Amino acid sequence: MALLRRSSHLIRPLTSPTLTASNLTSYLRHSFSSLDDTPITVETSMPFTSHNCEPPSRSVETSAKELMTFFIDMATMRRMEIAADSLYKAKLIRGFCHLYDGQEAVAIGMEAGITKKDCIITAYRDHCIYFCRGGTLLGTFAELMGRKNGCSNGKGGSMHFYKPESGFYGGHGIVGAQVPLGVGLAFAQKYNKEDHVSFALYGDGAANQGQLFEALNMAALWDLPAIFVCENNHYGMGTAEWRAAKSPSYYKRGDYVPGLKVDGMDALAVKQACIFAKEHSLKNGPLILEMDTYRYHGHSMSDPGSTYRTRDEISGVRQERDPIERVRKLILAHDIATEKELKDIEKEKRKEVDDAIAQAKESPVPDPSELYTNVYVKGYGVEACGADRKGVKAVLP
Amino acid sequence: MLGFIRQTVCNRGVSVSKSQLRFLVPGGRNYASGAKEMTVRDALNSALDEEMSADSKVFIMGEEVGEYQGAYKITKGLLDKYGPDRVIDTPITEAGFTGIAVGAAYHSLKPVVEFMTFNFSMQAIDHIINSAAKSNYMSAGQISVPIVFRGPNGAAAGVGAQHSQCYAAWFGACPGLKVLAPYSSEDARGLLKAAIRDPDPVVFLENELLYGESFPVSAEVLDSSFCLPIGKAKIEREGKDVTITTFSKMVGFALKAAEILEKEGISAEVINLRSIRPLDRATINSSVRKTNRLVTVEEGFPQHGVGAEICASVVEESFEYLDAPVERIAGADVCMPYAANLERLAVPQIEDIVRAAKRACYRSTSMAATG
Repeated sequence: MALLRRSSHLIRPLTSPTLTASNLTSYLRHSFSSLDDTPITVETSMPFTSHNCEPPSRSVETSAKELMTFFIDMATMRRMEIAADSLYKAKLIRGFCHLYDGQEAVAIGMEAGITKKDCIITAYRDHCIYFCRGGTLLGTFAELMGRKNGCSNGKGGSMHFYKPESGFYGGHGIVGAQVPLGVGLAFAQKYNKEDHVSFALYGDGAANQGQLFEALNMAALWDLPAIFVCENNHYGMGTAEWRAAKSPSYYKRGDYVPGLKVDGMDALAVKQACIFAKEHSLKNGPLILEMDTYRYHGHSMSDPGSTYRTRDEISGVRQERDPIERVRKLILAHDIATEKELKDIEKEKRKEVDDAIAQAKESPVPDPSELYTNVYVKGYGVEACGADRKGVKAVLP
Repeated sequence: MLGFIRQTVCNRGVSVSKSQLRFLVPGGRNYASGAKEMTVRDALNSALDEEMSADSKVFIMGEEVGEYQGAYKITKGLLDKYGPDRVIDTPITEAGFTGIAVGAAYHSLKPVVEFMTFNFSMQAIDHIINSAAKSNYMSAGQISVPIVFRGPNGAAAGVGAQHSQCYAAWFGACPGLKVLAPYSSEDARGLLKAAIRDPDPVVFLENELLYGESFPVSAEVLDSSFCLPIGKAKIEREGKDVTITTFSKMVGFALKAAEILEKEGISAEVINLRSIRPLDRATINSSVRKTNRLVTVEEGFPQHGVGAEICASVVEESFEYLDAPVERIAGADVCMPYAANLERLAVPQIEDIVRAAKRACYRSTSMAATG
C-alpha cells in the first residue's frame, strides 16, 4: 500500500450542485431532519494509486444531503438506462444505444466535485453524463425515440446528447475524437483566462488512440487545464483490456503527465479525485484519472455482453461493487434514512421515469421541414434538395 | 514566365525586392492613389491581420505559423504583432491540433487552422467532417463551430503524388461545410475575411502557385471592412458563345484560353466559382442559358469532381438550353508524377481548355479519340 499523506486542503466543504435542501425534500414523502450540510467523513473503498504525483487523501468529506443526492440521482440513472433497454427491445429506440448502468458513480461523483462552468465531453455512452449535467428524463427519452422534444430535437439520437449551457459538449460517435476536442475546450478556457477545467472522458478502448497522445502532448506543452478521464470498464466493445493494450495501466500511460487510479464504483472516491484533478490542472496542466468501473450491459444493445466475459463476473461485480448499493449502505450506516424510505425513493424514481417515457411517447416526431434546419448557422438562402432533386427543395436561412 | 520565376523564388524563401517591399507595408497602403497591386500572399496576410485585430477571439494555429513566419509566409509578422497566445506553433500532429481547434470553436473561440498543405488535412479529416461540419446539425443548433481550415490545395510544381491532390470535390460534398477557393487577391482578401467572420466551418482552399501572383486591388478591396459574399460566383469575363466554369489557378488559364478563343471568333464567358460549397448554381445556369454551351475546368481528379456536379446541375436545371454536350477538363486520372513532362500532362493546360471550348462549339476539326 502506498503511504498516504492526509492533505487537508483537499478536503473541501461541500457544494451540492444538483439539489438544495428545499427541493430535495420535495422528492421525498418525509422530511429528514438530518438532511443538512454537517460534514460526514467517509473513507474511500481503497486508497488512490498515483503516477508522478502525490495522491489525495482517501478520507472524503461528504454530508447527509450529498449522500442522498447521490442515491436519488444514481437510482434515477439506473432506472433510466434499464428503461432504455426495454424501449430498445420494443423497437422504440433505433440504431445504437450504449448503456451506462454500473458506471453511475463516475457521472455523479464528477458532478459533485466540479461546477457547471467546468466542461465535460464524452463519447457515445452519454445519457447519464447528460443527466448529471442537468439534462431531463423527457429530453433523454424523447431524443432516444427520435421525437421533437428530445435534447437534440430528435436529430442526434443516443450518441449525440448535448447541454453546452451547463458545460456538456456531447455526445460523440467517433472513438477517441472527443479527447482532442476536450483539450480544445481547455484551450479556450485558458485563452479566456477562466478558472475552469475540462474533463475529456474516454474508455479503455479509446485509450490507445493516437490522437489522444497528440492531444496529451499539446496539453502538457501548453499547460492546459485538461483532465483526461479514462472510464476503464475493462472491455473495449468485446475486447478485454489485456488484449488491446500492452500496458492497461491507463493512469500511467501519460508518461510525463501525472495520473491517478480511482475506484470508479465509489462516488466519493470519484468526487475526491475530481476535486484534486481540478486543483492540480489549474496550476500544473493535464492529469489522467483512470476510473476503475464496470458496465453491466454489453457494449451496446446489439451486444449481449456475455460472449467475451462470464455471467459470474458480471454478477460478482454487481454483488461486491455496485455503486448504488455502496451509497445505500453508507446512508443506512449513518442513519440518514431507513431501508423502506430508500425503497420508496426508488419506487418514486421508477414512476418518474415511466411518466417521462409516457410523455416522450406522446411527443411528436420532428416536422419534415426539420430535415433542412441547422445545416448551417448562416445559410445565405442556399437551396438544399431532398432525395429527389426535382422534388421538394428547402431554403437554408 | 517572370511571374512564375518570382513565385518559385518566393517559395524558396529568397526575397525579391519588389515583393519584399510589400511585406513591409501591409496591404500596400503606402502607394499613392491609382491602380494598386497586391500579391495573393499579402492579401491573405492582411486579411488575417485585420480580422485578428477586429476580434480577439480569432487565433491562428498550425505548423510553422509563428516563428518560421509561415511555411509559405502567409502568416508573416503576425506572431510579433499578436503574440504566442494567438499565433500558435503546433507539433506535427494534425489529428490532435485540428481536434483541439474544433474544441476551442465549440467553446466560442474562432480558430484559423493552417494545414501546411491540404494533403495533410487527411490526417485530420475526421475532425473536419465529423466534429466540425456535422455538430450544428446533430445538436439541433446548440453547438456551432466558427472555424476556418485554410492552406494550399492542389498541384504545386514537382512535389509528387502525395503532395498534389485537390480536395475541393471531397470537402464540397459535405453538408455543414462551406468550401471556398479564391483566385485573385481580391478573392483572397474578401473570401478569407468572410470565412473568418462566418459562424460555420469553412474550408479555404488556397493555391501555392498563386501566392506570389499580383493582382490589381481597388480602395474598396483594401478597406478593412471589405468582405465578399459566400456562395456567389464571379463572372470574370463576359461572353456569349460558351461558358467556362472554374476555380483557383485554373481561372487564370481559362482567361488566357478565352483570349485565344476570342481571336478565333469564340466569345467565352469565364466564371470564377469562388465558392465550391454552396455552389452558385444560379449564376452558372443563367450563364449556360445565355451561351448554351459549357466547359467545366478543374485541376483535381475527374471522377466525382466539381465539374461532374456542375454538369449534373446544368442538366437538371437547364437541359433544354444546352446545344452541345457538357465538356469536362480536369486533372488526369492518375497520381501526380514527378517528371516535368509527365506532370505537365497530368494537369490541364490552356490548350486543353481551348480545345474543349471549340468542341463545345462544334468547331474542332478532329473528334476526340474514342475506344
